[in-house]
Amino acid sequence: MSEYVLEVRNITKRFPGVLANDRINLALKKGEIHAILGENGAGKSTLMNIIYGLYDPDEGQIFLNGEEVKIENPHDAIARGIGMVHQHFMLVPVFTALENIVLGSETTKGTTLDLASARKAVLEISERYGLPIDPDVLIEDMPVGLQQRVEIVKALYRHADILVLDEPTAVLTPQEADELFVVMRSLVAQGKSIIFITHKLREILEVADTISVIRRGQMVGSTVPEQADRALLASMMVGREVVLQVDKGPATPGETVLEVHNLTMMDERGQVAVDGVSFDVKAGEILGVAGVQGNGQTELVGALTGLREIAGGHFTLRGDRFGVKEEFRNALEKLALSKLYKRIRNIAVGVLVTDLLLAVIFSYVEASPRFFLVAKLVLNTLNVLSVLVILPAVLNFFYQLFTSPEQIFGRKPTDVRKLTELGSGHIPEDRQRDGLVLGYSIADNLVLNTYYLAPYAKGAVIQPEPILERAVDLVGKFDIRTPDALTHAGSLSGGNQQKVIVAREFSRPTDFMLAAQPTRGLDVGSIEYIHNRLIEKRDEGTAVLLVSTELDEVLQLSDRIAVMYDGKIVAIRPAETLTKEIVGLLMAGEKPHDAWE
Amino acid sequence: MTDNTQTESKFAVFWKKNGIITITALVMIVVVILSYTNNSVTTEAVLASALRHATPLVLGALCGLIGERSGIINIGIEGQMLMAAFLSFLTSSYTGSIAAGVFVGLLTGGLLGLLLAFMSVRLKVDQIIGGTVINILALGITGYFYQAGLTTGGKLQPIAIPLLSDIPIIGRVLFDNPPITYFTIILVFVVHYVLFHTKWGLRTRAVGEHPRAADTVGVNVFKIRYINTVIAGAIGGLAGAFLTLEAVGSFERAMTNGRGFVALAVMIFGKWTPLGSWGAALLFGLATAMQTQLQFAGTIDIPHQFIGMIPYLLTILVLAGFVGRSRPPAAEGIPYEKEG
Repeated sequence: MSEYVLEVRNITKRFPGVLANDRINLALKKGEIHAILGENGAGKSTLMNIIYGLYDPDEGQIFLNGEEVKIENPHDAIARGIGMVHQHFMLVPVFTALENIVLGSETTKGTTLDLASARKAVLEISERYGLPIDPDVLIEDMPVGLQQRVEIVKALYRHADILVLDEPTAVLTPQEADELFVVMRSLVAQGKSIIFITHKLREILEVADTISVIRRGQMVGSTVPEQADRALLASMMVGREVVLQVDKGPATPGETVLEVHNLTMMDERGQVAVDGVSFDVKAGEILGVAGVQGNGQTELVGALTGLREIAGGHFTLRGDRFGVKEEFRNALEKLALSKLYKRIRNIAVGVLVTDLLLAVIFSYVEASPRFFLVAKLVLNTLNVLSVLVILPAVLNFFYQLFTSPEQIFGRKPTDVRKLTELGSGHIPEDRQRDGLVLGYSIADNLVLNTYYLAPYAKGAVIQPEPILERAVDLVGKFDIRTPDALTHAGSLSGGNQQKVIVAREFSRPTDFMLAAQPTRGLDVGSIEYIHNRLIEKRDEGTAVLLVSTELDEVLQLSDRIAVMYDGKIVAIRPAETLTKEIVGLLMAGEKPHDAWE
Repeated sequence: MTDNTQTESKFAVFWKKNGIITITALVMIVVVILSYTNNSVTTEAVLASALRHATPLVLGALCGLIGERSGIINIGIEGQMLMAAFLSFLTSSYTGSIAAGVFVGLLTGGLLGLLLAFMSVRLKVDQIIGGTVINILALGITGYFYQAGLTTGGKLQPIAIPLLSDIPIIGRVLFDNPPITYFTIILVFVVHYVLFHTKWGLRTRAVGEHPRAADTVGVNVFKIRYINTVIAGAIGGLAGAFLTLEAVGSFERAMTNGRGFVALAVMIFGKWTPLGSWGAALLFGLATAMQTQLQFAGTIDIPHQFIGMIPYLLTILVLAGFVGRSRPPAAEGIPYEKEG
């Protein structure tokens, strides 16, 4: 019996053009939490997929309890006691937790599924390891943290002794992450072993027993938390001394370019995601929006780029207004609630009732036709006037019935082209989905928002030569590493894809630049490059709004910092007055008043 | 939210889910009994004819939903039915054996199912194109090889089940039918059981919703899709055999007459469930039967073109009004590719 439950030796995996794993060695002791640290694209997930049988390694061996094994597919891995919680959960949304847990390892009575005994087993596991779940709730109705719990129970139900958690905290709030760490501790205390993949240094130092660092497909080394600190781990991870300090002079803010007023946004499930947010961004400054992922940043960015419908409020970009018109409604409400109006309204109601009574009485009364003519005239005039007076109250009543006036008048989506023409640039959060057409060439991607203008189009006809010329020029200027400008954007590396977007957005004159997670998943070189470009833009007098979940990035680049928590901006202050600790507390929803007041 | 569902009584939950269907069913039963007391012969005839009209639609819908639940869209039901109708007719007229005809019908449907599965799983052809290929293929081949003047060795005859067939209304309608009709009714419940209460069904639905999740727990996505599509094809083939060997007794060009596509509508209408599809098909069959009856009776002075619209209008009404949003399997139509 070996002292290691799992050992991989000299694992190598090549993908076309990439050496994803280069002779990697890893040994997991029984009952430990072994953290694997590495940048995005370093090869962590590849290695785990090999251990779980999803990929075949090109070379190398895997040992379980000292015995060499070949893991052909996930079925093999499960049979040998390896369980995996994938970064993107492998759960069927329309199934219940229980159905998801038993899928593939079902117990049956005759031919019938035996869900009752499975339910018992699941509840037992969830009790034993402190993972409370409701087995009969649909996955799609569960919050992310609970879904992850179901994934862990799913692995334990298959008698997993080795658990691989692939970036489990990426989707969690800090509190949920802390809960997860407690669960992980209790699992190893009961003899399970855990491989924990992450690129967050704080978590590693908090929860790991052993730390292994992977860089560019190679195992750089192992250490233990007692002997490591953030700086050491960071330099191991990126391969050189990390100086993530950006050179920037003081900002010279000019006039206000973007003004956001009382903006409200819904998420996909119809919940309020951005809750009445107001702020402004001035020319020549960087406003950083910090916050844990999922606190409304995506929806905020969606509103300002026109990609999502605005539910309430508006924003103005250089004086042009986008969003919901609420003046009429607000004025109406003010009017309807004013004391004077209420008095007049009551009189009007009285007049109407009286007229009605009079009309009834008149039908029994005999008088001259002329009297009736005059009476009718007077009464009808009074009636019309009264109705007019009451109208605002009635309208207001209906407004109150509906949550927003758009439900009556319909919505007008933001005109994205108008935004672009007003000088708004956008580096999207998801570059492959919102930033590029992956099947188009670099050249075409570079004119995605200007293709209809001269010289790229003459009337309805696209002009390839000027487009290509510009592309060649920009590929050089922005240092996009590509065979040529006609290469498909999809075949570029993440960093170079981001450079294409930066080239497109930065090469045209912009007054406002919205950078959402501009460096997500990029290597250190590309990060530095993009940071410097953003500072340059600021110094040219562009208003920059930087939305990032990387706290360090926000702190380094921003002139002012807004912190988002639960859809609200909980603080907005000059960057000098904030420290990392204060922003961290604010991001977690705490209110550190004494810290800065 | 969980607290809420727990405090609701079981009846309330049932009522929320099935209230409209229950009311509709009760109303229909009352109407049937009333019309039976009024005119027993016509009522029975209409109901029996409704069941007959519904049978190929139910089979077609089962064919569609078994495939779609595993993630393969099958718009080739029409072609599978037509080809099976043709070949089972040929077989039975040359061999004189109806049983052989039915068997060949099943086989033909199954083989066309295999073709569809091969195109969509292995070749990763767009499944709509794959289904269209089957439709065109069937129309062309049957049209080309069709010979006028052939006859079968007879039709499948109704078998009256003793005792049960003597019950008023129900007996005549349900227990005095030819074999494929009986089999279809049984099949509806069998497919329901398999889909929702067995291992295979759970895996099939998982593969149709989130194939990668199924793959990571060791379910063979390709195998499930292949087998489901083949079985579904065989059921579609049975619908074809029903048309030539049980309903009509001969073959005509393009005799399926769009039933394969109506079956698809029936399936959607039944929310991709066997029981729902059965109900939908019965409703459609009833509308068709009444329409015929109204035209024969001639008592109402409405142009027959308008009466002919009844089934379709009814479908639109019910689809738009009563059936809520139905959600297709999430992964249908998307070829599954393994990583690495």
